[in-house]
Amino acid sequence: MTAWSCRGVTFRYPGAPRAAVHEVSLEVPAGSCTAVLGPNGSGKSTLLRLLLGLLSPAQGSVLLGGRPVGEWRRDEVARAVGVVPQGEEAAFPMTVRELVAMGRYPHLGAWRREGEADRQAVERALRRCDVLALAGRALDTLSGGEKQRARVARALAQEPAALALDEPTAALDVSHEMAIFELLRQLAQGGTTVLLVTHSLNLAARYAHRLVLMDGGRIAAQGAPGEVLTRETVERVYGWPVRVVPHAGPGPDAGAPQVVPLAGDPSLDPARAAEDADAA
Amino acid sequence: MKPALRLLLLALAAALALLVGVRVGAVPLSVGEVLDGVRGTGDAATVAIVRRLRLPRAVLAALVGGGLAASGATFQALLRNPLAEPYIMGVSGGAAVGAVLAIVLTGSLASGGIVALCAFAGALAAVLLVFRIASSVGRALDTRILLLAGVVVGAFFNACILLALTFADADAFRSAMFWIMGSLSGATWRSIGVLAAVFVPAILLLFALARSLDLLAVGEETAAALGTRVERTKLLAYGVASLLTAASVAVSGVIGFVGLVVPHVVRMLWGGGHRFLLPASVLLGAAFLVLADTLARTVAAPTELPVGVVTAFVGVPFFVYLLRRRQA
Repeated sequence: MTAWSCRGVTFRYPGAPRAAVHEVSLEVPAGSCTAVLGPNGSGKSTLLRLLLGLLSPAQGSVLLGGRPVGEWRRDEVARAVGVVPQGEEAAFPMTVRELVAMGRYPHLGAWRREGEADRQAVERALRRCDVLALAGRALDTLSGGEKQRARVARALAQEPAALALDEPTAALDVSHEMAIFELLRQLAQGGTTVLLVTHSLNLAARYAHRLVLMDGGRIAAQGAPGEVLTRETVERVYGWPVRVVPHAGPGPDAGAPQVVPLAGDPSLDPARAAEDADAA
Repeated sequence: MKPALRLLLLALAAALALLVGVRVGAVPLSVGEVLDGVRGTGDAATVAIVRRLRLPRAVLAALVGGGLAASGATFQALLRNPLAEPYIMGVSGGAAVGAVLAIVLTGSLASGGIVALCAFAGALAAVLLVFRIASSVGRALDTRILLLAGVVVGAFFNACILLALTFADADAFRSAMFWIMGSLSGATWRSIGVLAAVFVPAILLLFALARSLDLLAVGEETAAALGTRVERTKLLAYGVASLLTAASVAVSGVIGFVGLVVPHVVRMLWGGGHRFLLPASVLLGAAFLVLADTLARTVAAPTELPVGVVTAFVGVPFFVYLLRRRQA
């Protein structure tokens, strides 16, 4: 089963010299974790907006759950897909619980009052993201990591079949970043479709089942982490010398490819020089 | 305290403010006399004071105060800017140009109705102009552009007012200045009816948008992700809040501070989403303006102070107090 399916999708922002997304075809399987990678400006966030129906493609089709995403009403999409946007800054003070309760809005419409089921969904989402203890705190007193967990909790309170996250761990420290990735793995194991845009090649390789590597609006490679994160592909896309080594473990993800960017001059690295000699 | 209970208390406060507004004045009235006046069973003078003077004035103050507060809360959420207020879209400038032109061109012939009509037309022209400018820049309605367009159009209209006043005679100048300062002394049941015809549907529409406003105050991207049709909602909320402001200004002139301060007071005291904030602001704004107007017409009697002076003198210190309390 597929959650999303794109065929030849092209999108150009008005006035832009080239298409932000160019003839992209991809499948996002349901109930697993897919990570979209790529350099800055490679079209990752635009692709995400196209998948969510926030932008309409100039060419090609985007299907969400088998139906063109343009035919979905906004509130229907919001009940099916929980989104954690890249950055947001609430204009007025609010508590964590108020923020998370907004996840119920797509279910409530304009007039219906919050019921017991809604309160329980909010409670579960708060507990799941480990922010239940912070529920009464004002949002602007939280650290970056806590705030991000609260946003993920809001998306979970939507009780969606799929979750889309745009760089959820940008600017987080190691433990907060790992906590988010661990949570995403658990969610995918529980049957939630997770679609994630990230710059963390190595964590994506360990936690995602499938990687999509974008470059200049096109897909440079997609597939299992081992197929996508090869030295040749990563060096071509990012224009920087790297080594790819298996993750030493321990853990369930031992053996996942890990990208180690090298110092600027490739001849400085003897192991790499030897590899190149072998290849020749 | 539950939100519903808070709203009930605020409604009670608004009702009490109305009662005070009708009782206090050159001829103080008891509660019994007020009730007799409303029912028309008291002596003729009391009935006239209650039914023709004080009650319409207090009711108009309540509608204007409630409308401005709701409109201010809406603009603050849409523009994601705590300094936003109902007049930010150039509504006050446009209304003032309409009113001043009516006064200066027709002189003493201008009736309250004609001035109000011209003010309303001016306000609508300003709103349309601001929208036109903002929507000609970029793909979607950008709130920052909208804000700038509002400020620029407002400044232009202020220049127009100065130009018109330069050529006005002394009488027209005086009545134009009084109009600009804002006053509820022209209240009639007809003006109340006209304002109510805009007020009731506008408030209901804004209530229906309350959850979308919660989301827009967090971010447009977030609002879209949580099921809001962002462009449609922004357009609708701007349009409705502007229309509500235009109607209020047309019947009462430009009364400042109600629309800016009241929503903040509600937020600071109780926080909460727009499903509470909007009705609470309407009730508190109504109570506040009724009391401010009562003070304005009694404190230096027989001279009547501009009601905007009272709203600022009461509103500013209270606002500063709330700001400092939150810091602590």
